[in-house]
Amino acid sequence: MKRLLLFTSLLFVSLPFFLSSCKTGSSDSQKGTSRSTISGAGATFPYPYYNIVFRDFMRLNEGLTVNYGAMGSGGGIRSLRDRSVDFGASDAFLTDKELETMNGEVIHIATCLGGVVMAYTLEGVESLRLTGPLISDIFLGNVKKWNDPRITSINPGIPLPNLDITPVYRSDGSGTTFNFSEYLSVVSPEWNRVMGKGKALKWEAGIAAKGNPGVAGIVQQTEGAIGYIGSEYALTLNLKTAKLKNRAGRFIDATLESISAAANVDLPDDMRATITDSADPNAYPISLFTWILVYKDQQYGNRTKEEAMELLDLLLYMLSPPGQKVAAQINYAPLPKQGLEKNYRLLRGLHYGGEPLFDGLTEEKLENRTEDGADGG
Amino acid sequence: MKDKLFRFALFFAALIILLLSAGIIYSLVSRSLDTFNEYGVWGFISNAEWDPRKATEEYGALSFIIGTLYTAFFALLICIPFSLSVALFNGEYFKGTKVASAVSSVVDLLAGIPSIVYGLWGFYSVRPIVIALGVNAQGFGVFLSSIVLAIMIIPYASSLSTEFISMVPNNMKEGAYSLGATRLEVIRRISFPTASSGIVAAYILALGRALGETMAVTMLIGNTDRIPSGLRGTGNTMASVIANQFGEADGLKLSSLIAIGLILFIITAIINLIAKMVMKRLTKV
Repeated sequence: MKRLLLFTSLLFVSLPFFLSSCKTGSSDSQKGTSRSTISGAGATFPYPYYNIVFRDFMRLNEGLTVNYGAMGSGGGIRSLRDRSVDFGASDAFLTDKELETMNGEVIHIATCLGGVVMAYTLEGVESLRLTGPLISDIFLGNVKKWNDPRITSINPGIPLPNLDITPVYRSDGSGTTFNFSEYLSVVSPEWNRVMGKGKALKWEAGIAAKGNPGVAGIVQQTEGAIGYIGSEYALTLNLKTAKLKNRAGRFIDATLESISAAANVDLPDDMRATITDSADPNAYPISLFTWILVYKDQQYGNRTKEEAMELLDLLLYMLSPPGQKVAAQINYAPLPKQGLEKNYRLLRGLHYGGEPLFDGLTEEKLENRTEDGADGG
Repeated sequence: MKDKLFRFALFFAALIILLLSAGIIYSLVSRSLDTFNEYGVWGFISNAEWDPRKATEEYGALSFIIGTLYTAFFALLICIPFSLSVALFNGEYFKGTKVASAVSSVVDLLAGIPSIVYGLWGFYSVRPIVIALGVNAQGFGVFLSSIVLAIMIIPYASSLSTEFISMVPNNMKEGAYSLGATRLEVIRRISFPTASSGIVAAYILALGRALGETMAVTMLIGNTDRIPSGLRGTGNTMASVIANQFGEADGLKLSSLIAIGLILFIITAIINLIAKMVMKRLTKV
């Protein structure tokens, strides 16, 4: 009996060590010649896209591992500042002040676009038009009924019921809330004064739910509800969404094309651009970039030139046609041509202690990764 | 030797429990210090403002404390007639019969249903009824969460009450009957007074359960960060605000959420302590 006890306790104590030694053993043997890991951390919004594109990239590059920790944009920036990751990811670009606090010059590579859509549930209303100021008033509680004259006047012929509007917002801190409130701050002075912008706000009207799924669930199940949801989630679910009036005065449906079109404006060379309320006539107004941040000089810490080259290759792969196609497949809007060109120009500036990394690419790889756009840059 | 070993193992296990509880309290206190330093303990508890915007950041627990007490006490109120009648059914009228054991096992089954299932049931089945009753346009709020909470705590209140009602000595009841009392009079004059502290303890324990309930309430209360405007209003409880906002929180907000957790911990501890004291009084009598 005693021996059995001793044996089991020994087993339990030693099990973790045994398992962990197994793990390291097998991974060492798997890695073989190249042992590299590219690590990144940051935004949660592009996580599903990064997950798939990194997996594809790992399949193409045997033995290479890409780790991505979706800890939120702020965490990604902090990790890059500490140099504990190879790249950071953020839904908001760094301000000049934030750039100064980083451990060296940082460049922003936009990887794809997303939007925030207004999902609603109203029986018999298949198409709904809204404007930014109207959304602001709905979420401020100033417009309370669906048949308010301000809504009916821009929706002629649509049977809007005498029903309370239930605005639905995010109860957790979220980049979606940030983008939504940023757009409303731009188009509505009252919103800017009363609510402002942020990942979490102090709301005036409506009810809250956690995450995109929570908001979508309540909107879908509640007659008269309207909520804002990340486009990548709403487009997958095929929710009924409102057409929004853009700056050119047109009512635009949220689609991958209209979100991509928001980037068809003059972009700054460093790609640090806000494209909410874009001037493009086909643009969906609540659209945004998401970025990957890397140090321009890749020679820091214990980094080898090979590791820097692998990072460059990964970024080029994400911008390449297969990488962008994956984005579209899971409802992230691909980058338009001009954005790609500016990205490539920025990547050409990447260097390893003065040696431009682009020069190290083989002809074949360059051609594979940059079918269109790179040579223009 | 074997005996000694066994004693040692028991002692060790008990010690671990104590250490764990102490560790929980320590980590709650140490991580909420930022908030209490910023606002003071009373300042934090008495402030109804919850503003997570960076420019005007301000955190207070009052709206969640009120939301919690509001839903829990209203749930308790709704649950009393149901659980009391179940207790009388099982402990007095049909004591020891097959029907009683069937009813009590069904009621006990209610306690075993995971709270997310209650949440889903409330979301899909009870909410349309609440909307149809005209409580408010979207159904969410204090009213809906209290109804679902009430059903969740019925087994906690009724099973203990049943115990105490069936423990009322027969000779007391028989004495009353022999004096010509009706059954209702026996229940009112004999059973209830004798079992009263046990019944009260049962309801206090049920209240403690309602205070801490998280998942179902989070799905049903509407999650608005303000004092509920009334039964028709939406709000947030201490548990639900933590569940909602913990994920992305950092800095002072994180510290404030942990402080709310600490307050909830203390409130439920006090509630349980009161229940224990009430029950002790009963055993003395």
